[in-house]
Amino acid sequence: MGNDARTPDVAASADFEEVQATAQFQELRKRHRSFVFPMAAAFLLWYFAYVLLADYAVGFMSTKVWGNINIGLIMGLLQFVTTFAITGWYVSYCNRKLDPVAAEIRHGIEGHEFDKAATGVSGGAAGGAAK
Amino acid sequence: MISIPTAVDVAALKETTLLNMGIFGLFVAVTMVIVLRASRNNKTAADYYAAGRSFTGSQNGTAIAGDYLSAASFLGITGAIAINGYDGFMYSIGFLVAWLVALLLVAELLRNTGKFTMADVLSFRLKQRPVRIAAAISTLAVCFFYLLAQMAGAGSLISLLLGISDWGGQALVIIVVGALMIMYVLIGGMKGTTWVQIIKAILLIAGAAVMTLWVLAIYGFNLSSLLGAAVDTANNPAVLNPGLQYGKTETSKLDFMSLGLALVLGTAALPHVLMRFYTVPTAKEARKSVVWSIWLIGLFYLFTLVLGYGAAALVGAATIKAAPGGVNSAAPLLAFHLGGPLLLGFISAVAFATILAVVAGLTITAAASFAHDIYASVIAKGKADADTEVKVARRTVVVIGVLAIVGGIFANGQNVAFLVALAFAVAASANLPTIIYSLFWRRFTTQGAIWSMYGGLGSAILLIAFSPVVSGAATSMIPGSNFAVFPLSNPGIVSIPLAFLLGWLGTVLDKKTEDPAKQAEMEVRSLTGVGAEKAVDH
Repeated sequence: MGNDARTPDVAASADFEEVQATAQFQELRKRHRSFVFPMAAAFLLWYFAYVLLADYAVGFMSTKVWGNINIGLIMGLLQFVTTFAITGWYVSYCNRKLDPVAAEIRHGIEGHEFDKAATGVSGGAAGGAAK
Repeated sequence: MISIPTAVDVAALKETTLLNMGIFGLFVAVTMVIVLRASRNNKTAADYYAAGRSFTGSQNGTAIAGDYLSAASFLGITGAIAINGYDGFMYSIGFLVAWLVALLLVAELLRNTGKFTMADVLSFRLKQRPVRIAAAISTLAVCFFYLLAQMAGAGSLISLLLGISDWGGQALVIIVVGALMIMYVLIGGMKGTTWVQIIKAILLIAGAAVMTLWVLAIYGFNLSSLLGAAVDTANNPAVLNPGLQYGKTETSKLDFMSLGLALVLGTAALPHVLMRFYTVPTAKEARKSVVWSIWLIGLFYLFTLVLGYGAAALVGAATIKAAPGGVNSAAPLLAFHLGGPLLLGFISAVAFATILAVVAGLTITAAASFAHDIYASVIAKGKADADTEVKVARRTVVVIGVLAIVGGIFANGQNVAFLVALAFAVAASANLPTIIYSLFWRRFTTQGAIWSMYGGLGSAILLIAFSPVVSGAATSMIPGSNFAVFPLSNPGIVSIPLAFLLGWLGTVLDKKTEDPAKQAEMEVRSLTGVGAEKAVDH
C-alpha cells in the first residue's frame, strides 16, 4: 500500500515464477506439505475420534482403570500429550529440514539471483556477480 | 441434601468488595504506567498496529495466551467442570488442540505474506477490493461477537465480585471497564495492549498454579482422591463420565460435535489471534510464539481440570449455582474457600484484568481492520498516508468501545463460554476456508473467496438466528417466542463444511483465473519469508 514507513522490499525485482520453478523451492514445498498435511489429518482424526467416543461410547469412556481415573480422562490427557508432542516434532522438523533450505532460497533472492532482468542467465551465475 | 461444613458463606463475599476494588485499582495503575511508557515510541502505522514488530517469540507467545485465555476459559471452563464434570473438560481440549491448526497451517505463512490484518493475506493474490471488504466485514463480525461475550462476562463477574447486583450498578461497571479499555488502546496501541496481555497472562497462570497446587495438596497430590471427593460432594458418580451435559438427547450429542468442530477450526481463524503474529520480527519468532502459547495454554487447561473438580469437591455444585454469577463463580468461590478474602481479591482482579486485556486486543484488531482494510484501501483507495490511517484507527477505537459498552449492557447475563463458541463458529466458517485455500490451493480464485466468506458468515449468522439460542427455549435471548427451525445451538457442523464447499464451487465455476505470477510470489514469500516486514528500529 505504501502507507507505512517500511523498509524497501528486497524482493521487489525478483521473478517469483522463476524461483517457484527451481528444484530447490519445489523440494522445500514438498518437505513442508509432506509434513503438515498428514500431521494435520492425523491430529484432527484423533481429536474427532475422541469426541465421537465421548459422545456415543459413554460406557467405554467411563470404564475405571485405576482408582477414579477412567478411560475418558486418560484419553483426554493423551490429547494434551499428543498436542505437546506434535508441537515439539514440528519445531525440530523445521529446524532440520525447512529453515536451512528456506534461508538459502531467501539469500538467493536477496542477492538478486532471480531478478527479472537476469533472464537468460542461469540464477546462480548472476547472483554471484550481484553479491 | 446435607449441608456441607466447608461451604462458602456467600454473604461474607460482599465484605471483601473494597479489597477486590483495591487490588484491581492497583493492577490498572501499574499497567497504565507501563502502557504510557510503551507508547512513547508509537510513530508509524507499524508501531500502532503491530507494535513495531519488536516483540520476541516468547513475549508474543505469553501475550497470545493472555489474549486467548479469556474469562470464558478461566471462569467458564472451571465452572463447567464444577457443574457438568467431564463435559466441561472437553471444552478445554478443543480449545487446545485447535492451536495445532494455527501452528502447522497458518501462523508462519501468514506472518510472511501479510502486514497488519488478515485481509492482507486473503487479498494478496486475489482482487483487492472485494476480498478485502469481505475479510474486513467478517473480522468486524467475529470481533463483535467476541466483544459481546467479554462485556457480558464483565457484568456477571461484577455481580459476584463487587456485590453489585442491580442492573444499573452493573451497567456502570461495564461503562468503567469499557472506558479503561478505550484508554489503553488509544494511548498504547498494539504495544500497550500487548504488555497488558503479558502481565495478565503471568498473573492468571501464576494464580491458577497456586490454587491448583493448593487443591492437590489437600488431596495428598492424588488425582484419584480429588475425583473421589468431587463424586462424594456431588453425590453423583457421573461427574467423572462424559455425557452429563451433552449426552441427554441425540440433538445435544450432535450439538456437541458441532461445538467440537467450531472450537478446533475456529482458533486459527480468529482475527485478533492472527493479528498477534505480526508483532514479531520473523516467521521463526511467529512459530516460537505459537509453541510458547501452546505450552502455556495447555498447562493452564490442566490447571482448570484440577480447579473445576476442586470447586466441585470443596465448594459444591449447589452452592456455586446458588451464588450470584452462577456457574461463572466457581473459580472465585474456590479461591475464597482456599485463601480467604485476599486470594479471592487477587483472583477477582485477575479475572477483571482478563476481560480488560481481551477486550483491548479485540478492539485494536477491529479498529485496524476498519482503518487499514476499509478506510485506507477502499475509501481512500490506497492514497491515505500513515498518519491519517492511524488517526482513523484511533477514532474507530472510540466508536467500537462505545458500541461494546452498549452491547455489553444489553448482553449482560448471557452465557459467556457459549457466546465465545459462537464467535469461534463464525470465524471458522467465514475465514478459515479462504485462509487455507489461498495459502495452499493454486487454482483458488476471487469468486471462490467471496462465495466462501459471505456464504460462511451468512449461513453461520442465519443458523444462529433460527436456533434455540435466539428463540424457542427457556434460556433463549428472546424468551416467549419460537422461530427456532434449526435444532442445534452451534452452527459449525453445517456452516463450516458449507463454506469449504462454496470456496471450491466458486473456484471451479469461475471462468476467470488469477495471475499465476501473484500465486508464485505468495507461495515463495510464504515459505521463505523473503521481503517480510522486519522490526522497526527506533
